[in-house]
Amino acid sequence: MARLLIKNGRVIDPASGYDGVADVWMEDGVIKGVGAGLTAASSEVIDATGLIVAPGFIDMHVHLREPGFEHAETIESGSRAAAAGGFTSICPMPNTKPVNDNATVTSYMIEKARRHAVVNVYPIGAITKGSLGEELAAIGSMKQAGAVAISDDGRPVMNARVMRRAMEFARSLGMPVINHCEDLHLSAGGDMHEGAESVRLGLRGIPGCSEDVMVARDILLAEVTGARYHVAHISSRHSVEMVKFAKSRGLAVTAEATPHHLALADRDMKPYDSNYKMKPPLRAPRDVSAVLEGVKNGAIDAIATDHAPHPGSEKMQEFESCPFGILGLETAIGVTLEQMVHPGSIGVARMVELFTTGPARILGIDRGTLAKGAAADVTIFSLDREWTYDVNKSFSKSRNSPFDGKSFKGGPVATVVAGEVVWKV
Amino acid sequence: MAQGLLGIESLSREEIQEILDRARDFQPREGQSFRKFDLLRDRMVVNLFFEASTRTRTSFEIAAKRLGADAVSITAQASSVSKGESLVDTLNTLGAMRPDAIIMRHAASGAPHFLQRHLGIPIINAGDGTHEHPTQALLDARTILDRGAKLEGLRVAIIGDIAHSRVARSNVHLLSKFGADIVLCGPASLLPEALKEIAPGVTLTTNMDEAIRDADVIMMLRVQLERQHEPGFSASEYFQFYGLRLEHLKLARPDAIVMHPGPINRGREISSEAADSQRSVILNQVENGIAVRMAVLERVLAVRKKDGATAH
Repeated sequence: MARLLIKNGRVIDPASGYDGVADVWMEDGVIKGVGAGLTAASSEVIDATGLIVAPGFIDMHVHLREPGFEHAETIESGSRAAAAGGFTSICPMPNTKPVNDNATVTSYMIEKARRHAVVNVYPIGAITKGSLGEELAAIGSMKQAGAVAISDDGRPVMNARVMRRAMEFARSLGMPVINHCEDLHLSAGGDMHEGAESVRLGLRGIPGCSEDVMVARDILLAEVTGARYHVAHISSRHSVEMVKFAKSRGLAVTAEATPHHLALADRDMKPYDSNYKMKPPLRAPRDVSAVLEGVKNGAIDAIATDHAPHPGSEKMQEFESCPFGILGLETAIGVTLEQMVHPGSIGVARMVELFTTGPARILGIDRGTLAKGAAADVTIFSLDREWTYDVNKSFSKSRNSPFDGKSFKGGPVATVVAGEVVWKV
Repeated sequence: MAQGLLGIESLSREEIQEILDRARDFQPREGQSFRKFDLLRDRMVVNLFFEASTRTRTSFEIAAKRLGADAVSITAQASSVSKGESLVDTLNTLGAMRPDAIIMRHAASGAPHFLQRHLGIPIINAGDGTHEHPTQALLDARTILDRGAKLEGLRVAIIGDIAHSRVARSNVHLLSKFGADIVLCGPASLLPEALKEIAPGVTLTTNMDEAIRDADVIMMLRVQLERQHEPGFSASEYFQFYGLRLEHLKLARPDAIVMHPGPINRGREISSEAADSQRSVILNQVENGIAVRMAVLERVLAVRKKDGATAH
C-alpha cells in the first residue's frame, strides 16, 4: 500500500497544538506519525523544506452545481479546483437542481464524489423542501445518507417559525443549522451593498441591516432551541458584533467569513463588473475591518470560500441581470495570507485553525487533524512563493473571479488526500 | 480605446467647458432654425434605444443630421432583443456594421459601461438606468449659462425622486465640478443620505420650502413611476409636499429659473401655472439639447477621426 513521507516542513497541527519542523508519515490512507528524522523505506517522499505542512484544509461552503448545472461546475471539476486551492474536504450547498432536500440527492452527490472527486465531499442538505422556506426537508434521512449540516444557502429561511422548527429538529439530530442571512424584503432588488457607491453607480442597494436583522433573529432562536447555529458568509459589522455577543452568552453560535469579504470593499469593485457581484455584497470598508477583526478575535470561527461558479454567458450581461457569486477555491489561501497573515493580524497557526479545526468542529467531522490514525489529508503551502492567478487556467468550469491576474505571495503547493498527492504546483 | 461619453463624473471641468462653449456655436439665432453643418459627412451614428424615448432620440437624430452625419434609429422592441439576443451580441452585431458611434439608452445602470469594455466603437450614453444622463446635464448647464455668467456659487435646488434619477446624478456631478451649491430635495425614501458623499457641495433636505429658498435654479424631476419599487406616496400627497406651484417661486431669487428634463407630468410634480410661467425655461432646454448633442457628437467623432486608422 502507498506510503508517503513529507519531510522537513514546518508542521502545524492546531488540534494537538504542535508547531515545529518535522516529518509526517502516512500509510494506507492514514497518518502514521509526526516526528523528527522519520525514514520510511520504499516511500514516496515530498521535501517540504521551507513550507507549511498542515492538516487538510476544509471548505465548508462551496457550490458544485451538480446535479443540474453541470455547464457551470461538476463535482469533479469543483473538486479539482479545491485540490488546486489546497482543500482536501469541501461541503457543497444544496441549491442544485433538484435541490438536495432528500436522501436520494444526497446519496447521488456522495456516489458521484466517490467516483469522480479528488477530495472529500460532505454534502449539506436543505433546511426546507426545495429551499422554498415553507416545509422542512427530509433532514433525518439526509443525515443518514451523509449530509453534515443543513442550509437553504442562496436563500434565507424567511419564516421564523420554520427556522425554529428546523433548529429544534437539527438539534435532536446533532446537526448544525447554517443560514444565509438576508431579509428579502429589505434586500429586494438590490445588486450591491447599499451605500455611497450604490448611490453613485445608480444601483439598488442591499443594506447591511438586511443581514443584521436575520442574524439577530436567529441568535434568539438558537437560544430558545439550543441548536448549533452557524452564520454563513458573515459580512456586516453589526452581525459580527452579535455573533461575538452570542458566544459570550455561551450559545453554540459560530460564523464563517469568505476571503473576498476580508479583501474587498464596495469601493474596490470595478464599476459594473459582475466578477464583483455576490451575496452578501462587498460591504463598506468599516464592515471589512469588522470582519477582519472578528477573524482575529475569534468571533468568526472559519474561513469558507462560497465558491460560486457561473458560466461566462451568465456573467456577460448588464450588471443587474448577472447572477450573484464568484469563484473562491483556488485563491483562498493566497488572499487569506495577504489580508491576515502577512500584515501580522494573525499567525500562521491561527490561519490553519480557521481552515481545519474551525470548520471540523462546526460540522462535527473527524478531519482537520494530523493525529495518528486520522485520515491522511494534508495541505502543504508556502508563505512566500510568488505566483499570479490566471483564471483561464482554473480547474473550475467557470471563470468568474475578481482575482484574475492578481499576484500573490504564498499559496498552496501540494494537496494530499487519503495519502495520495492529488495536486501539486 | 474608444472615447465615447459615458458620464459626467469622469469628465474634467475643462472638458465640460469645451463642450458647453462649442454648443454655443451650434445654437440657432433668434427666430431661426438650426443651421446645417458639414462637419461629420460620411460618418454614421446608430441610435440604439432600449427604453422608450421620444425627445432624446429625436434630439440626437436631429443633432447628427445637422452635422451632416447619417443616423439610424433602432428601438429594442423592433430588434432581435425581443428574440432573446443578449446585449453583448446585439452590440457586436451592430458593431460589425461599422458605425462611427453608438448612442445608447438602456434601463440597466452601467449597461453602456459594460459594453464599452467589450466594444471598440465609442458609446454615447443617452441615459443608463438610474445612473447618468450626461447630455441632459450638459444641456441643463448650457441653459443656465444662457441666463447668467457662471455656475460657480449658484444655488441649485433639484427636487423629486432623486434616488432613481439619472438626471439628478449627472447634474450633481456637473454642478459640483463648477462649484455650485446643490440642494437635493425629495421624500426621505427617495433621498439617500449617501448622496452627500458622491460629490462636494451637496446638501439634502426633505423640506421643499427650504430647498427653494434663495435658489437661483429650480430643477424639477419627473416622478418616475416606472422606476419606483418602493411603497411610495400617493399622487395627491406627492404634489402637496413636492409639487412645484407658483407660490413656491416667491421663496426663490427674483430671477430664478424653473427647469424640468421632461416629459412633464402636470399636476404631479409641477403645476401647469409653474410649468408655463415666465420663469420656466423648459423649452429652452429642449432646444439646447440639440446644440449640446451636436457638440458631443462632434467631439466623439472628431476624436475618432484622428485615430481612425488604428481603431479598427
